[in-house]
Amino acid sequence: MSETIKAPTVAELQAKGETPEILFWVGCAGSFDDRYKRVTVAFTTILNKLNVNFAVLGPEESCTGDPARRAGNEFLFQMQAMANIQLLDMYQVKKIVTACPHCFNTLKNEYPDLGGNYEVIHHTTFLQELLDEGKLKVSGGSFKGQKITYHDSCYLGRANDIYEAPRNVLKALDADLVEMKRCKTKGLCCGAGGGQMFKDAESGDKEINVERTEEALDTGAKVIASGCPFCMTMLSDGVKNKEKEVEVQVKDIAELINDAMN
Amino acid sequence: MTWMIQLVFVAVVAVPIYFLIRRIKQIRRNILLGKDLDRSDRSGDRWKAMMLIAFGQKKMFKKPIPAFLHLLIYVGFLVINLEVLEFLIDGLFGTHRIFAPYLGAFYNVAMNIFECLALGVLISCIAFLIRRNVIKVSRFTKPEMKGWPAMDGNLILIIECVLMMAILKMNAADQVLQSRGVAGYVDTGHLMISSLMIPIFEHFSDGFLIFTERAAWWFHIIGIFTFAVYVTYSKHLHIFLAFPNTYYSNLAPKGKIQNMDAVTKEVKSMLGMPVEGGSEPPTEVGTFGAKDASDLSWKSLMEAYSCTECGRCTTECPANQTGKLLSPRKIMMDTRDRIEEIGAGQGEGKSLLGDFITKEEINACTSCNACTEACPINIDPLSIILEMKRYVAMEESGSPASWNSMFSNIETNFAPWKFSPTDRFNWAQDLNDKN
Repeated sequence: MSETIKAPTVAELQAKGETPEILFWVGCAGSFDDRYKRVTVAFTTILNKLNVNFAVLGPEESCTGDPARRAGNEFLFQMQAMANIQLLDMYQVKKIVTACPHCFNTLKNEYPDLGGNYEVIHHTTFLQELLDEGKLKVSGGSFKGQKITYHDSCYLGRANDIYEAPRNVLKALDADLVEMKRCKTKGLCCGAGGGQMFKDAESGDKEINVERTEEALDTGAKVIASGCPFCMTMLSDGVKNKEKEVEVQVKDIAELINDAMN
Repeated sequence: MTWMIQLVFVAVVAVPIYFLIRRIKQIRRNILLGKDLDRSDRSGDRWKAMMLIAFGQKKMFKKPIPAFLHLLIYVGFLVINLEVLEFLIDGLFGTHRIFAPYLGAFYNVAMNIFECLALGVLISCIAFLIRRNVIKVSRFTKPEMKGWPAMDGNLILIIECVLMMAILKMNAADQVLQSRGVAGYVDTGHLMISSLMIPIFEHFSDGFLIFTERAAWWFHIIGIFTFAVYVTYSKHLHIFLAFPNTYYSNLAPKGKIQNMDAVTKEVKSMLGMPVEGGSEPPTEVGTFGAKDASDLSWKSLMEAYSCTECGRCTTECPANQTGKLLSPRKIMMDTRDRIEEIGAGQGEGKSLLGDFITKEEINACTSCNACTEACPINIDPLSIILEMKRYVAMEESGSPASWNSMFSNIETNFAPWKFSPTDRFNWAQDLNDKN
């Protein structure tokens, strides 16, 4: 790689008198989770390669409040939301791209009630738009003909009706996209939404992520594609639980695209 | 003599109507015990939702076989009830088949349509009875379906079968009486389904046939009115409430959680931001979230009365599928049972959360919206679960310990994990490592 990959912050750009076209909202998982940091890096790399005029909030970013709201703590959610809206408005942010469906849903659907109005796009939709415009070109490469299955994130799919964008991006890889038994509107949750990510599951016969992983493995796919940090953690744990981590990879769509671009 | 029968008819119809009206008022009052929720916007979209989902049965067709059988019963219900209009006029005026002379040849067509639908309803009800009791479709055998709910389901199907058989039996006897030229029995023309029973009835005397025809007629009309009253106490109330329930659907994206405006006011004043209507004295802030059924919105309570306990929500629920206690259907059933109790002035000292629904149930919800997607009439069990989580978190501070630490992490570190906020941008250091 000849050029260096950069992630400018909005504050840096502002100091130079510039405003970015797009704010890349990284999210807590994208910032702190070791596995998901690689997705953040992959997506930043794509943005660099395509010369997208973007910036991140960097240290100024904060949790959207999604898990607090879903666990019932409306006060904490609104405190977070208000602070974030003040920051976003101060920087005159208009358009936000994020790799986290939970951040996406909250910023897009819930912030307007509190006065925060932005155009919010999930990174899979963003990548599809770039593909459609011909700006992003990928050739299958190592994924050509390989079996890939896509796990619908509840907060992308059922919550916001985004089923096709991630699939269309995967199709661009010339991969053999195989569907799980339960997909799209009937897709099975990874088990982490609604704040479940942050506590142990209630007692039952099975963990939800194991059930979902079994379904993904049943397709015979070598790659389980996801577009959500929670799903990625749950499915990776599931694959480890089934001792399949050598044969089967859990990858974010941004990682697959970034790999195919090299 | 006929005027006495007419009088009896009026009494027989008036009594169930009285109870029906009383019960409708009771249900309306119970629903209005719920909190305000504005669903008066977007009437065009609301009509569309009602026409597609309630009238058009759109969401039923995710499962084609039960959808088809259900459609037969539904169309049968809508169409055969037109015949009840004739029953009512005949009953009031002492006439017999009053529409026949006016409709001419079309009367025969209409009757044949009714009969085919009656047969369709009969077949569907029998199929449903088999699904419930012989095949034991798993969603009908969950723990919350034991006892009355299972009995209720079977009773409805059996009553519908009996009512349909009464129509066919009545028409069969009527046709034999017509063929013998008995006075008052007008020519209906050949009726396809009931005529198959003529061989059974031909051997009987005129008197017995008149008795059979009349008995079936009375049975059917009394049955319908009694059934109408029964429906209001049963899960079968969806036949009426599905319509307003879909009209008042949540039209927002499924992932959007309704904002709590009372909290917004408090948060704004805490942050020193201008509050709308700030000069007014603060209105009394009720409880945050829901502990009891009356803390829920009227829409949630309407949904509880609209639920027909089909269990599609529970079948799709990931928590339920993996053996956890949560069942979205049970949430709806409990809510209805509790608001009935409150409406009747019973169960003092009890509450929906605790006595009906446990924390273990609500805590297992992943808010994935599989239940709301699955519901054929747009019921939203998730909103009830969320209101209870809100009560637990904000009124009781009784959330699971790990959620409480997630809350404090967000408060102090601005992330749900215990990482230093200054480390948030560390990922940027990895940017040029591997690429």
